[in-house]
Amino acid sequence: MTDFGAAFATAFSLIATLDPGLVEIVTLSLRVSLTAVAIATLISLPLGAAVALFRFPGRGGVVILLNAFMGLPPVVVGLVVYLFLSRVGPLGVLGLLFTPAAMIAAQAILITPIIAALTRQVVEDLWEEYSEQMRSLGAGPRQALWALLWDGRFSLFTAVLAGFGRASAEVGAVMMVGGNIDHVTRVMTTTIALEVSKGDLALALGLGVILITLSVGVTGAAFVLRETARRSYAA
Amino acid sequence: MTERQKGEDQMSRWIHGACALVLAAAFGMAPAAAQEKFITVASTTSTQNSGLFDYILPIFQKKTGIQVRVVAVGTGQAIKIGENGDADVLLVHHRPSEDKFVADGFSAKRYDVMYNDFVFVGPKADPAKVMGMKDSVAALTKIAASKAPFASRADDSGTHKMELDLWKQAKIDVKAASGTWYRETGSGMGATLNTAAAMEAYTLADRGTWLSFKNRGSLVVVVEGDPKLFNPYGIMLVNPKKFPHVKADLGQTFIDWIVSKDGQQTIAGYKINGESLFTPDAK
Amino acid sequence: MTGTAMTAAPAILPLTVREMSYAVGAARLIDDLTFTLEAGPRTIIIGPNGAGKSLLLRLCHGLLKPSSGTVRWAGGAGIDPARCQAMVFQRPVMLRRSVAANVDFALALRKIAKDRRKRRVAEVLAKTGLEDLARRPARVLSFGEQQKLALARAWALEPQVLWLDEPTASLDPAATRAVETIINAIRASGTKIVMTTHDLGQARRLGDEILFLCKGRLIERAGVADFFDHPQNLLSRAFASGDLLW
Repeated sequence: MTDFGAAFATAFSLIATLDPGLVEIVTLSLRVSLTAVAIATLISLPLGAAVALFRFPGRGGVVILLNAFMGLPPVVVGLVVYLFLSRVGPLGVLGLLFTPAAMIAAQAILITPIIAALTRQVVEDLWEEYSEQMRSLGAGPRQALWALLWDGRFSLFTAVLAGFGRASAEVGAVMMVGGNIDHVTRVMTTTIALEVSKGDLALALGLGVILITLSVGVTGAAFVLRETARRSYAA
Repeated sequence: MTERQKGEDQMSRWIHGACALVLAAAFGMAPAAAQEKFITVASTTSTQNSGLFDYILPIFQKKTGIQVRVVAVGTGQAIKIGENGDADVLLVHHRPSEDKFVADGFSAKRYDVMYNDFVFVGPKADPAKVMGMKDSVAALTKIAASKAPFASRADDSGTHKMELDLWKQAKIDVKAASGTWYRETGSGMGATLNTAAAMEAYTLADRGTWLSFKNRGSLVVVVEGDPKLFNPYGIMLVNPKKFPHVKADLGQTFIDWIVSKDGQQTIAGYKINGESLFTPDAK
Repeated sequence: MTGTAMTAAPAILPLTVREMSYAVGAARLIDDLTFTLEAGPRTIIIGPNGAGKSLLLRLCHGLLKPSSGTVRWAGGAGIDPARCQAMVFQRPVMLRRSVAANVDFALALRKIAKDRRKRRVAEVLAKTGLEDLARRPARVLSFGEQQKLALARAWALEPQVLWLDEPTASLDPAATRAVETIINAIRASGTKIVMTTHDLGQARRLGDEILFLCKGRLIERAGVADFFDHPQNLLSRAFASGDLLW
């Protein structure tokens, strides 16, 4: 029980003094996860919408895979990306292993299925509502795709937030491809894992408190933004 | 403009601003990394957790301007990273693996660096009655006989390999006992110590990690000083002939410094509670 | 938007429907219909529930494909009849954007240039009394206003045929009247009106001719006065006097 008290005390003092080590780790964590989310969103939104709107052979399989891959184990994704980026791997010449870029790539791969699967569902439901009127106006699935993505922006925003949550919380992938190198690829989650392995549970827990607070902060701010926008557009 | 229109414009402006920020962050990361001089060193979690790198690397960087990026994993994985050419220098502590690394052509030469030792830790209550013994093989025999819980790293690390070697010398088949008094955690030193503390089990730890370990519970050192428990470290440059991209000159600079008088004194200067963790022994 | 704008494109009317059927599984929901729709008269389709009125609109408009039979437009191969029609549904379907943007969306689909779109949007919103609501989110409007918006959007496309599927069924009397006024204005600008309704009074007010459907078959077709005052068919008589309950 003393660990919890020590944890909050540690967390508070780290934040209050704006501990430079903490700031560095938090900044890197945010940059990696936000960039990964941005990349994943750029891929997933059109992908999910396309799967929702177009009929093609094997579509059922794609839907099942997308849904299933929402639960991809991060450490497995990390391992696969590691094998690709390793010098003896196919993309070794890029020299990306143990860099933030590798972490971004791994996280982007991890969260693309989440955003894509949720997008597919949102767009599918919207198309059910809109398809008759749209087709009457002369818009088939292809013409309607971007209009539907924009129309579903509030629900899709939540999907993107889900992706961000997953990215900022995972440790397996970034540990594997980043190497947890001090000042280079050490993020909040890998720091917590490191401190646990050193037996410094209070510090680890304190960092955990900070990580959760950060996550709640970002998600909360996004939620407020979404709600204010949504209220002016109603349902 | 109405309130709502102002709100719409603000939101659109915010979205554009956020996108710009994200893109700036993404691109801002690439050039920064490219400009520094750096090498990648594959080493072990126990070395990392001992705090040695946090002490000696800033000194090295100040002297040479070279940033040393340490990827700390288990010995087995560190060697694999070296064999893949994903690191420039290897710093591990398992002589047979190091010799094989050189023999297989992955490195041209192995240098001695330093040694630390292993200790057996266990619950203060000491159910196997091994406290103060100097003979580690005899102590293990007693632990097995008493069936007191023993936590093993079981992760193919240098520590793990040493542990298995000692069991072999004691002629005890621990694989058969796995899951009963012999617990294989499959994790790093710190995690295994956490588990041992929670289970009140005996375990083998490197002195460095033990000295900086904070979650001891009821664990204390029970067996130490046996020469069999010495843990020598070796450093090797990954062979640039096999992997042309390896930063051979920067890596060699690091090795040269570590085995030099200056580097060796720096290693000896790393102390916890007045005690040196590592004894330099470069020849 | 006068009749002259419409005559720039070749006329797609008359529409000839020949032996058209629509079946779902074993059930024939539309049964062997044959008729022609000419430009000019406002055509009202009435009939009891399940008669197939909504289906008929969708089949003619092209949202559904008939199981057998043909739907043929005039105008030849050079024109796409789909681009000369518009449809308004019982429940208006609006995108989550402003009133003006919804109309603009429909025009953009037809690849109309931006400044022309702007002018037409303003024009059509003024004609339907929605100009003050132009920047309001469409979905916060009342049902009646949204239906007026649906009509404005259809009108902006300058269709030769406007299909309406019970457009006032969900509206209160005031909104109904406003919608009927707009429908008449659209007709006055040269568009053929084809509408289904349950409201016999509305059929009398708005219609020039009646198509009476029952169980997927065309029972009677007559001018409005003739149908209500001298129905030829037993079923028509029963329906017109409110006795048909199924």
